[in-house]
Amino acid sequence: MFLQQVINGLTIGSVYSLIALGYTMVYGILEFINFAHGEIYMLGAYLGIIFLAFFTTIGLTTTDLYLSLLLTALLTIGFCGLYGYFIERLAYKPLRMAPRLSPLISAIGISIFLQNFVMLTQGATDLVFRIGALDGAIVIKGLQITYFQIAILMSSLAIMIGLSLFINKTPIGKAMKATAQDKIMASLLGVNIDMVIALTFVIGAALAAVAGMMVAGYYGLVNYHIGYLAGLKAFTAAVLGGIGSIPGAMVGGLVVGLIESFGAAYISSDYKDVYAFLMLILILLLRPQGILGAKVEDKV
Amino acid sequence: MSISVFTGLFKRPIFKNAFYIVILSLITLPFTGIALSVKICVALLVFTILLGKLKGFVSKINLTVPLYFKTLTDSPKRPILYIVLFIMVLIPLMPSSQYVTDVLTLCLIYGILASGLNVIVGMTGLLHLGYAAFYAIGAYTHAMLTIHVGLNFWLSASFSALFSAFIGLVLAFPAFRLRGDYLAIVTLGFGEILRVILNNWREVTNGPNGISGIPAPSMFVLTFANVNLYFYLTLFFTILTLTTIQRIEHSRIGRAWHAIREDEAAAQALGINVTVYKLLSFAFGSFWAGLAGAIFASKMGFISPESFTFLESAMILCMVILGGLGNTYGALAGAFLLIAIPELLRELQTYRMLFVGFGLVILMHFMPQGIAGRLSLHAKNK
Repeated sequence: MFLQQVINGLTIGSVYSLIALGYTMVYGILEFINFAHGEIYMLGAYLGIIFLAFFTTIGLTTTDLYLSLLLTALLTIGFCGLYGYFIERLAYKPLRMAPRLSPLISAIGISIFLQNFVMLTQGATDLVFRIGALDGAIVIKGLQITYFQIAILMSSLAIMIGLSLFINKTPIGKAMKATAQDKIMASLLGVNIDMVIALTFVIGAALAAVAGMMVAGYYGLVNYHIGYLAGLKAFTAAVLGGIGSIPGAMVGGLVVGLIESFGAAYISSDYKDVYAFLMLILILLLRPQGILGAKVEDKV
Repeated sequence: MSISVFTGLFKRPIFKNAFYIVILSLITLPFTGIALSVKICVALLVFTILLGKLKGFVSKINLTVPLYFKTLTDSPKRPILYIVLFIMVLIPLMPSSQYVTDVLTLCLIYGILASGLNVIVGMTGLLHLGYAAFYAIGAYTHAMLTIHVGLNFWLSASFSALFSAFIGLVLAFPAFRLRGDYLAIVTLGFGEILRVILNNWREVTNGPNGISGIPAPSMFVLTFANVNLYFYLTLFFTILTLTTIQRIEHSRIGRAWHAIREDEAAAQALGINVTVYKLLSFAFGSFWAGLAGAIFASKMGFISPESFTFLESAMILCMVILGGLGNTYGALAGAFLLIAIPELLRELQTYRMLFVGFGLVILMHFMPQGIAGRLSLHAKNK
């Protein structure tokens, strides 16, 4: 029972981690909360289903299921990356010099727009589907781990390792780190700030797309407002881990997932959505900079 | 040569925009299908061209509107406010205007909310993302007190507002150890926690079904069951809110808030007890949310957690920012805009919220400082 909850918590937690990375990267560079990020996750879930349905109608899923899954994943990531790029370009880029709260309103506007866009085009009811792959489970002494859970855990682990390598080893990743530390200095040293910011949004959106597809496959059910709560929880995860810190977002996501699954199992599943926020308030009071965040002093 | 012609062409903004628009319509393709995507593409092209033509006009509006707004509301006698008030008083007397009166009542309720939030966000500079929670506390407290305890509207509404202010204090007390954005996150978390509790604590809140049968307020022999009478009642409360907030803003307390907003460290150095004034601002702001909640509950006669979601907090914040942070009349104007515009768009039915979302982005694009805002406020580059 206990181990089962750990597995479930880690599965959903790694999804939160992937979304949280987008929040934390944007916050690290632009210091604002990208409230539209949860909607990218929702778009990812929908796009995954739409592309898979498309491959089913042209018959690719019956001939080669795994190829079609791969193509679906790539297409979804590409499309969501573009959505991320356009959101940055249309809603945030013109406001870079604006008062601090203006991008927040813009983000809320985008969020309302995207939710309603999906609701109008895809319907307001739950979309239920089955991908028909990775069914079944490994059972060890009553502990049940589905293949899908393994796939989620492994792929998110791979993505996180890949992202860490990308940020720390490649020139572009280093440029991103430099931009997060000091935008003006980085631009003086020849970093193309606009490109770095756009790239941050694209990467964040791609990660959210992966998270969206994972959740769509895991629960087999999506609707147009899943982005909001998942986004809030992922954001909580990012703050929990220390906002602006990439390892922090990963840890924070897993912690939120575990808290949620233990809370639902041992206390009450009615209040499933509350535990993460309660934990957040507690952590912020005890350690305001988050689990892995660095302490920032007030500048005078 | 052909390549340079192509890139040269691409550098012209119109073609660059066209290229982006085609890509943008392409990524809507999976959701909409080909026919609708083409329509979106054409609509966006027309829109961008129109926008290019309108740009000079728009920037002129952007410069003049805040100025006009300021002269109108800041001139010593404020004639425009009396004119607006006079028109408002007359509106319910016009024939067959029940619907207009109803919408205006809602505008006024949100006006109270927006001016209350403006105290916290605009005057003191604390970002609050869970304001709807205090609105909910007011509404639910009022519902309990009138239904179960049987208090009359006036007592119950005052108590609801005070209780909301008290909860604000309780929440703010630990939260002020945190800096800037963390406070926003704690308030956001609080809003979510409260919503889940309202949904699940069925014995008290009746869960998602909500509470119904909240009695209409009455005074002496008069019962405010009628739409027009209720409008006047709300108008009375709005004026009360605005006057009180204005008085406080221009008092020692208000000046302390402004000082904290502009520079917390400097304010502290000048001997302002920052924590006490922040707590005061939070409690004072929450007070109006509680009052608005009570008014809303007795207007509708029915409340459910649906009415107090994060979207609600976000919309109230939008009103404040749209109006221009720190300006009470601006907040009121923002509330009117954000309630009235979706009502005017009612013809569009389900497409309504789509346009509201789009409109918010566009508005921020052209007026990032709001209708009555000052550019320096919260600006990154001072």
